[in-house]
Amino acid sequence: MTVTRAKTDVVVVGLGGAGGVAVQPLTDSGLEVVGLEAGTWLGPRDFAPDELRNNYRGWPQAAQKANREIPVHRPNASAPDSPRGSVHPMMNGVGGTTLHYWAQSWRLNPWNFSIVSETTRRYGASRLPRGSTIEDWPFGYDELEPFYDIVERAVGVSGQAGNVNGVIDERGNIFEGPRARPYPMPPLRGSEFTELMGNAAGRLGWHPFPGPAAVNSEQYDNRSPCLYHGFCNRGGCHVSAKNSTAVSTIPAAQATGNLEIVTEAHVTRVLVDAEGRASGVEYLRNGQTYVQPADVVLLGCYVYENVRLMLMSTSAAYTDGIANNNGQVGRHYLSHNQRAGVLALFPHELNRWYGLPAQGVAIDEWADDNFDHSDLDFIGGGNLWVYSDQRPIAAASMPTFGRAPRWGSAWKSFVMENAGRWVNSYLQKTTLPYEDNYLDLHPTVKDPLGFPVCRITADYKDNEKRVADYIQDKMVEWFMEAGAIETIRQPVGTMGVTTHAYGGTRMGDDAETNVVDRYGFCHEVPNLGVVGASVMGTSGSHNPTLTAQALAWRTAAHLVENWSTIVS
Amino acid sequence: MPRRVSRRTILKRTAAIGAVATVPARVFAQASSAREPYTHFTADEARTLEAIVARLIPSDEHGPGALEAAAARFIDSSLGDALAASREIYRAGLAGIDNYARRAHGLRFADLDESAQDSVLEAFDRGVADENADATAYPPDAREFFELVLQHTIQGTFCDPYYGGNRDFIGWEMLGYPGLRLAVSADDQAMNAQPSPTNISAYDLPMFDADEDDAP
Repeated sequence: MTVTRAKTDVVVVGLGGAGGVAVQPLTDSGLEVVGLEAGTWLGPRDFAPDELRNNYRGWPQAAQKANREIPVHRPNASAPDSPRGSVHPMMNGVGGTTLHYWAQSWRLNPWNFSIVSETTRRYGASRLPRGSTIEDWPFGYDELEPFYDIVERAVGVSGQAGNVNGVIDERGNIFEGPRARPYPMPPLRGSEFTELMGNAAGRLGWHPFPGPAAVNSEQYDNRSPCLYHGFCNRGGCHVSAKNSTAVSTIPAAQATGNLEIVTEAHVTRVLVDAEGRASGVEYLRNGQTYVQPADVVLLGCYVYENVRLMLMSTSAAYTDGIANNNGQVGRHYLSHNQRAGVLALFPHELNRWYGLPAQGVAIDEWADDNFDHSDLDFIGGGNLWVYSDQRPIAAASMPTFGRAPRWGSAWKSFVMENAGRWVNSYLQKTTLPYEDNYLDLHPTVKDPLGFPVCRITADYKDNEKRVADYIQDKMVEWFMEAGAIETIRQPVGTMGVTTHAYGGTRMGDDAETNVVDRYGFCHEVPNLGVVGASVMGTSGSHNPTLTAQALAWRTAAHLVENWSTIVS
Repeated sequence: MPRRVSRRTILKRTAAIGAVATVPARVFAQASSAREPYTHFTADEARTLEAIVARLIPSDEHGPGALEAAAARFIDSSLGDALAASREIYRAGLAGIDNYARRAHGLRFADLDESAQDSVLEAFDRGVADENADATAYPPDAREFFELVLQHTIQGTFCDPYYGGNRDFIGWEMLGYPGLRLAVSADDQAMNAQPSPTNISAYDLPMFDADEDDAP
C-alpha cells in the first residue's frame, strides 16, 4: 500500500553536486524542502586511501542504485550495443559524485555561451559543423557570473584569478571571463613536477597557471586544508578538505531547519495532476512505495537519470514522458571529448605518488576560441592539464612505450625503473551536440525493478576528432619541451557512459528545441525544474561541475523570487 | 567474520623482532608459504595459477615477484566476494591452460620449464591458443582469460595488503612507491624525494572502516 507523505513546498530528487547546491537558497528563503537521495550518508571513516576498493571495485558498494541501472551505449542507431561496464562512473550518496570527484571547479569561458553567433561573426556560418544542433545559450557569461561567484564561496573553491573586472593577472587564466572577485582561497600548492611543466610551458610562450579546485588550500569554513595525501581520484576526503556538497551547501541548508533528507529513496516517477502540472514524486524505500506531494519538483539526478526519469514518467498529458510532448527529452546529448590523452615517459623520477588530480598546471592557449581558427578545419579546442596523482596499481598498469613486453622479467625490470617516470595528461576538448547523438530508453535492458535503463546513442564526429588531433599535438609539444623521451597518443574512443555528460534536457528560449526555459523550468511543465549538466547545450573545454552548480543556484533563486507565479 | 590476516597483527608480531623494513622480504615469503589449502581453487588449480603468476611477474635477480606477493592467494580469496563473477572463467581457463600445455609440450603447465611456460602464456596472450582448439578444451576466449589473470595478478601484487596480496609490501617496494602517508609535504613531492616506506595498510589506521561487502 502506498504511503502518501505530507505535502512539501519543494521536493528535490538527488542531493549531489547540483541538487545539493539548490537546497541552500531554497531553504535559506524559508521554503520547506524534502531531499530524496538514493544513496546514504558517508563520512570520514568511509574514505580510506584504498586504491583497489576505490578505483577497481566501485566504492562505495552500499546502496549504489546507479550500478543497477548503468546506461547502455551504442555508437549509432544501426550499431550493436557496446560492452557494458559493471560500475557506474557516478555515485549515489548525500553529496553524490562530489564525494569522489576530482573537484576541478572551472567557469566556462564566455565563448561557450554563444558559439553560434561568435563562430558566425568571426569565421562565417559555414564553419558550424553540419548536423550539429548547437544553439547559443539563452544568456551570456555575464548573467551567470554572479552565480559562479556565489557558488565559489558557498562550496569553497581555491584558485588564482586571471581576470578580475577586466584586470588581467598573468599568474591566473588570462583567457577567463571577467570575474567580480578573486577566488575565496589561494590556489593549491604545486609540486616540483608541475613546476617543471609550468616552466616548459613558459619557454613555449604559453601561460601556465594552477587550476581552480573545490579543495581547501587553507582552512575554510572550519574545514581542514588539503594534506595532499592522494587517493582523491574516486575517493572521499577524510579531513573534509574536498568541498563536496555533503560538507558545504547541504549542511548549510540543514542548519536552516527547512531541509528534510530521506536517504535510500529510489524515485521511480514524477507525478502529474489533472492539469498536467507536476504534483510530486513516487519513490521506493525499503520495499515500501511512498508518494511525496510537492508544489514544485526539482530533478537533480545527473544527465542519464534526469532523462530516464522524465521518459518513464508517462501520463495521459505526456504520453512520451513528462515535458516531452515536443520530443526534446534526450536530445542534444553530448559527452565531453575527454579521452585522446597523451602519455609521456621521462628519463628521471617525477614522483607523482602523492597529491591529487586537482593539484596541477593548466594551459588554456588552445581552449575554446582562444586562438585563431581561420586556417583550421574545426571550431573549439581543449584545456591541457597535467597533475600530481599516481597510485600503485595504476602505475604498474603503465604502458611500456614499445620498450618492453607486457609481462615477465623484462616487463618487471622496465616497471621497476619507470613506474615513477611516466605521466598522463587530461585533455578536455570541445564537443558539440548533433542530430543523431541522443538518449532514450533501452528497448530490452532493464534494471532489477523492471524499468528500462537509459540508452546512449552517440559518437564523436569529425569536428571532435580534429580538435583531439590538434590538442594532442600541443600536449606532445609541451611534454617534449619538458624533457620527455617518449609519448603515446591515446585514441579518441567513443561516447560511452561518462562523468562529463551534457544535454538531454537542454535549456533555451525555444520550446520546440529545448526542454527547459532559461531558468531551468520545463516549457511544458512550469513547476518542474531540472538542475545539473543535462540543461547545458555545450561542453566547453573545462569540467562541468561548477557551471552545473551555478546554474542550480540560479534556478533555485529564480524559484524563490517567482514562487507565487510558478506555483499558481 | 574475519577472512583475512590483519596487517596489524603482522605488524604487531614484527614489532617484537624489529622494524619491518630491516627484514628481507624473502624471509617473510618463506615463512608464509606453508601450504594452507586454497578456498576456491582445487590443489591442482592452485598449482597452475601459482605457476602462472610466477611467470607474469617473476621472482628474479631484482627481487621477489607475484607469487611471493601472494597474488594467487589474493585471487582465491577475492573469488569469494568482489571477483565472484570470475569463478567459472578461472575454472575453465586454468583447465584450458593445462590442456594446452599437455597438447603442446606433453606436461601440465606447472611441470613445464620456464621457457615452455612462457610460450604457453604467449599463446594465450596473443589468442593463438584458440586456433585449432577443441571447443571444450579452452576457455571461451584465451586472450580474455589471459587479460583477466594479468589484471588480477597486478591487483594482487600492488593492492593494499588488507586484501591478502602485496604481501610484505613486495609490490610497492618493486615500484618504489613509498606507501600511505596522511600528510604530505612539498619536500615529499620533490622529484628526487625518497621518503622512507611507511609499510602500512589503510586499515592499520584507526580512522578508517573497510566495507563489509566488497562486491560491487
